[in-house]
Amino acid sequence: MTTTSSVGQATPPSTRHTASADSPPVGSPPLRQTRDKVDPTFYWMLIPVLALFAFFITLPALVGVFFSLTNYAGYGDWKFIGLTNYVNIFKDPAVLQSYLFTFFFALTTTVVVNVVSLAIALGLNAKIKWRTGIRTVFFIPMVLSALIVSFVFNYLFSNTLPVLAERFGLTPLASSILANENLAWIAIVLVTVWQAAPGATIIYLAGLQSVPSEVYEAADLDGAGSWRQFTHLTLPLILGYLVINVILGFKGFLGTYEIIVGLTGGGPGMATQSVAMRIFSGFTGGDYSYQMANAVIYFLITLLISVIQLRLIQRRGVSL
Amino acid sequence: MTASTAQPHSASAANDRRQAPMRGPLVRRSSREGFKVNWWLTALMLVASLTILLPLYFTVAMALKSADQIGTGTGLAWPLPMNWNNFAEAYVATNFPKAFLSTAFVTVFSVLGALASSSLVAYAIVRNWHRKFFRGSFVYLLSAMFIPFPVIILPLIKQTALLGLDNPGGVIFLHVLGGISFNTLLYIAFVRSIPVELEESARMDGATTWQVFRKIIFPLLAPMNATVGIFAFLGSWNDFLLPQMMIADPALQTLPVVQMLFQGEFNTDYSLAFASYLMAMAPTLVVYILAQRWVLSGVMRGAVK
Repeated sequence: MTTTSSVGQATPPSTRHTASADSPPVGSPPLRQTRDKVDPTFYWMLIPVLALFAFFITLPALVGVFFSLTNYAGYGDWKFIGLTNYVNIFKDPAVLQSYLFTFFFALTTTVVVNVVSLAIALGLNAKIKWRTGIRTVFFIPMVLSALIVSFVFNYLFSNTLPVLAERFGLTPLASSILANENLAWIAIVLVTVWQAAPGATIIYLAGLQSVPSEVYEAADLDGAGSWRQFTHLTLPLILGYLVINVILGFKGFLGTYEIIVGLTGGGPGMATQSVAMRIFSGFTGGDYSYQMANAVIYFLITLLISVIQLRLIQRRGVSL
Repeated sequence: MTASTAQPHSASAANDRRQAPMRGPLVRRSSREGFKVNWWLTALMLVASLTILLPLYFTVAMALKSADQIGTGTGLAWPLPMNWNNFAEAYVATNFPKAFLSTAFVTVFSVLGALASSSLVAYAIVRNWHRKFFRGSFVYLLSAMFIPFPVIILPLIKQTALLGLDNPGGVIFLHVLGGISFNTLLYIAFVRSIPVELEESARMDGATTWQVFRKIIFPLLAPMNATVGIFAFLGSWNDFLLPQMMIADPALQTLPVVQMLFQGEFNTDYSLAFASYLMAMAPTLVVYILAQRWVLSGVMRGAVK
């Protein structure tokens, strides 16, 4: 009864009088476990989105796994070659190098971002003058395009900094660090921190504001100094927020792309090429299926990391 | 997804504090030392804020320089006279109006799509939580958060190209679907806090589920709409990866991608490039400065969820 009538009229305006006519007042669609019948409208709300999601997100993932077992170059004929791509990846120094760089970068950046943003959050949460203004400034990077920001920093690193260094006689810095394969990663970490710190700061700020002030009053009465208050009270109380920042941050930094494109383009040589950049190169490089195998491995690694992180959280009993 | 690093977490810690954040000094532990301002810390924070302000100043200064003024200097000096002409030239060189419109088109519909789809999905799931199908759908949508974007991008580009979606329209689809896991999660926590009784009286009067959603639920979601809208706006406006890879026609490219124009090997016209960067950054920057309290409280709401 009600089923057919509302299925046929998914568009809101037309359902108005018909639905009210044939659904008796008492039997309006179930909200809790009162009846077994679901109001079909709920299916109309959910299923189109699910279908699109399956088609645009899940399907490409499956197609990718499929082609990782072939020798498809991105065009033309292909045939199954089993796990050959996977075997080759483990023997490919360029791929290994990109994984090493990506993990090293993600770890370093996660640590720096969290230290910096916790410090900023503590500063913003303390009794400082012009708090609103200072807060506004610190969150600016959040609204800017990472790519454009990197272009700006690119000029600063490759022109401004060397000129300044020369002026002050700091010869080691007199050439662009972006062109130095041992130092280029530092620039990428710095810009990533610049760009990502506000997001983490907001989470820490939320954490700091969830700590009731009575806790600090009690600590003050006991004569605990600021550092002791920080390590013994604040830190344990916001541990959940720290965990979240570390997990989200690490996962995000593993997929780093735009900032590297804007700063070094993966160079010099391949010194700063991230896994994501390697995979994207399969789009133009004619090694489509090979990079798909790379992508599958990348997925398994990130999945493994997520599982480990979740386990650790559960074990330590951090309440989120 | 591509908005990645700035995303807040989804845990439900401190839910009860939802109202408190960003209310100014009132909620802070101001009673601790009275209202004494910590001047040392203030000075430290001001100095630290230069790390943000200097690059921005530098961008403005560079955008106003002529090629001669840039020369071989640091680029930090303020140019006199200022060369406003750069903006006009950059406007033409990047075909700014077209890129702007394309970006705005993608952003507006991504935001609308994100609001509509994830609020509907969240509502349907919460109100049918006891049903396997809806709970399963929730887990399915959520599982996408574990799939890194690089994993699906290559097949995805092929697929969208086959369907004729290698244009801004396709980017909108992907922005909405890519953000749906996270946005639904935000909405679900909020919908749960809306008592069913509110709907029941409307249903007694014969309102359909659609009407209940439009007239009662969606308006009540207003704070979360703001949060989801802000994230969708920033993620969409600033996205580089998807437009760069998906949009086939260069004339329809979005603002961030257009800036690649200045990265050519033989390009040394930095004043033009910086004028263009500034014009691409200005819209979000201006909106943020004007509505900063509103934007920050919205983002904060996402953070405590």
